[in-house]
Amino acid sequence: MNLRNTLSFERKYTGAHIGIAMFALFLGTLYGPLQALEHAGINLYFLAPWTKSYYHGLTLHGVLNALIFTTFFISGFLTYVVSYSLKRPIAFRWVANLGLILMVVGFVTAAIPLLLNMATVLYTFYPPMKAHSAFYIGVTVLVVGSWVVGLSIFLTLAAWYKDNPGERAPLAAFMSAITFAMWQICTIGAAVELLALLIPWSLGFIDGIDPQFARTLFWYTGHPLVYFWLLPAYMSWYVMVPKLAGGKLFSDPMARLSFLLFLIFSTPTGFHHQFTDPGIAAGWKLIHSVLTFSVFFPSLLTMFNMWASLNIAGKMRDGTGYVAWIAKLPWGKPELTAQLLAAILFLFGGIGGIINASYNINLVIHNTAWVSGHFHTTVGSAVALTFIGTLYWLLPHLTGKGLFSKKAALAQVWTWFVGMIIFSRGMHLLGLLGAPRRTQMGVAIKSEIFFNPDWNVPMIWVGVGGTILLISYILIYVNVVGTLVAGRKLSDEEIPDVPLADAVSRPEQGPMILSRWKPWLATATGLIILSYGPMIIQSIYNYQATSPGFQPW
Amino acid sequence: MTTPHEMHPDEWIDPYEKIMMVLGVLMLTGMMGTLLVAAFAFGIQVPSPEKQVNPNTISEQGPFSEPGLRDLGGGKYEAYIIGQIWSWNPREIRVPAGSTVTFFITSKDVQHGFLLWHKNLNAQIVPGQVSKYTITFDEPGEYPYLCHEYCGIGHHTMSGVVIVE
Repeated sequence: MNLRNTLSFERKYTGAHIGIAMFALFLGTLYGPLQALEHAGINLYFLAPWTKSYYHGLTLHGVLNALIFTTFFISGFLTYVVSYSLKRPIAFRWVANLGLILMVVGFVTAAIPLLLNMATVLYTFYPPMKAHSAFYIGVTVLVVGSWVVGLSIFLTLAAWYKDNPGERAPLAAFMSAITFAMWQICTIGAAVELLALLIPWSLGFIDGIDPQFARTLFWYTGHPLVYFWLLPAYMSWYVMVPKLAGGKLFSDPMARLSFLLFLIFSTPTGFHHQFTDPGIAAGWKLIHSVLTFSVFFPSLLTMFNMWASLNIAGKMRDGTGYVAWIAKLPWGKPELTAQLLAAILFLFGGIGGIINASYNINLVIHNTAWVSGHFHTTVGSAVALTFIGTLYWLLPHLTGKGLFSKKAALAQVWTWFVGMIIFSRGMHLLGLLGAPRRTQMGVAIKSEIFFNPDWNVPMIWVGVGGTILLISYILIYVNVVGTLVAGRKLSDEEIPDVPLADAVSRPEQGPMILSRWKPWLATATGLIILSYGPMIIQSIYNYQATSPGFQPW
Repeated sequence: MTTPHEMHPDEWIDPYEKIMMVLGVLMLTGMMGTLLVAAFAFGIQVPSPEKQVNPNTISEQGPFSEPGLRDLGGGKYEAYIIGQIWSWNPREIRVPAGSTVTFFITSKDVQHGFLLWHKNLNAQIVPGQVSKYTITFDEPGEYPYLCHEYCGIGHHTMSGVVIVE
């Protein structure tokens, strides 16, 4: 009996997560083209008449795409990858179910005030802007639910370790567990912000709040949050892309090393989002800048390992030369092409990211449209396009139905690629020309001061890119709905397997430290205490609960 | 033919991996070095804590009760600016060319952001905190400043200008 058939509960469980994720993406992404066209001077908000303002739509875009879609997709996808690569069911179904139920309850609780324009605070929800308490409570329950999903993954891995003492866990399961370990460490900041400050404040138990301290707690979680999105995509690039390309992973130990470095370096980096904050000393900002450069290192390792792995695949398909082999990769497979294009877009995301993290250079781009442009090459491309590509094999695998249209899928990934290049080029340029981020530009430019004639051309690029992305967005849902409704029933042999690549440099060739947990978790904790501890103590000492809440929307 | 990987059953690191790791460290160290030079040799710095204020009382007492420009003499000025929903107070500042202006900026309500075009002044404006930046204006002209942090549905109308004569 094949593994897929024994994991029928896991398939349904993951399907539920991914269904909710795709529902959130459906509503959240709708606003993308509306915002892009708004920048180009075309207002189409009458198409979404329940939207009270540009910023109401922008909040929905950010929360649904960046927080809801990602968290549900990752929870479902990684749970399945862990079970499949360990070849065993979830250890405790009730734990997994509890996690899913909490996440759904949290999502619904937060969604109601969001849709009713009672929480138009954007997805960063900086106080003293004050949303309805249901928003904060919902987000908290969602995060707690994701912790329980993580716990379910740890318990499954622990059961495997017990049955296989001294063995190294398969790479995919190892990476999934690291992703959730990192997530559990880093969400402590937002959890404290929500539980100790925002929820009591929004319920009226405390009158005032310290916005500076709230920002520090938020960004403790806010930067590693992007690695929570990115690491599952990296896992797919390491483990699945080489298999889909018909080759092998170049180095398993190096892949493990990069994830362990993410575990220790992801969190002590938050001040690089606060370089221009008045309440944090420049010295701490510099320390976090150096640590952010450290977390760039495992991304460089990933780039190298992925290139080398694809090179192996290209050579196995009779490719030659230094770059000519790239053409020999199976570009006709949308599930692969999506991820290759996502990785190419991420080159720009990575370069932009190092600029953002560059201490004083950050003064040029902080809070400008550049940042939104950067974001769309990272979470909007590296992550989202990889997840969509994943869907193109995962959906047939879970449902046993063939993908509705491979051609539509290929058209989707290429339109995403082209649209995103044009869109994010426009946004990056606008940022360098002094355009602020998260601003209703179509109206802003009508004021005399608030306009730079150099913005005209990149604003059009933003609109054109957004329109191409709208086509891509429609194609995603044509395929998803088409597969569910009209997908051809596949025979057992036709159902795609979970693509898990073998490695050339095998796990046992790496040093033993790469398969241990305690030294890395201890290092991660120590670095956080050193890089955040003194600053947190100082913030508590200087805490001033002077800001009442505002609802200026 | 056996590959090098198969010849080494135990611990073994591919030489290409070592090269890549060394190159990565060198590249990042070099980039960090250039930032340190900019920060400490050229003095391009990010802000540090100036002081804490009470956003509820800044309009009544202290230097922010009279926002605007103070002439310190000798081409030196101080500008006290309050961010509020959805305007800057003051909206216009006039100084002669060659002036050095120290900006003190805070908020009396939600967070704002202060972006001064053509200069390295980019500040997160957080209620309860004062952002301090010193800028020299050598060239005459208009230097608009905008709010770059979402502060409500009128956020996109929040701007002002430094006019250098």
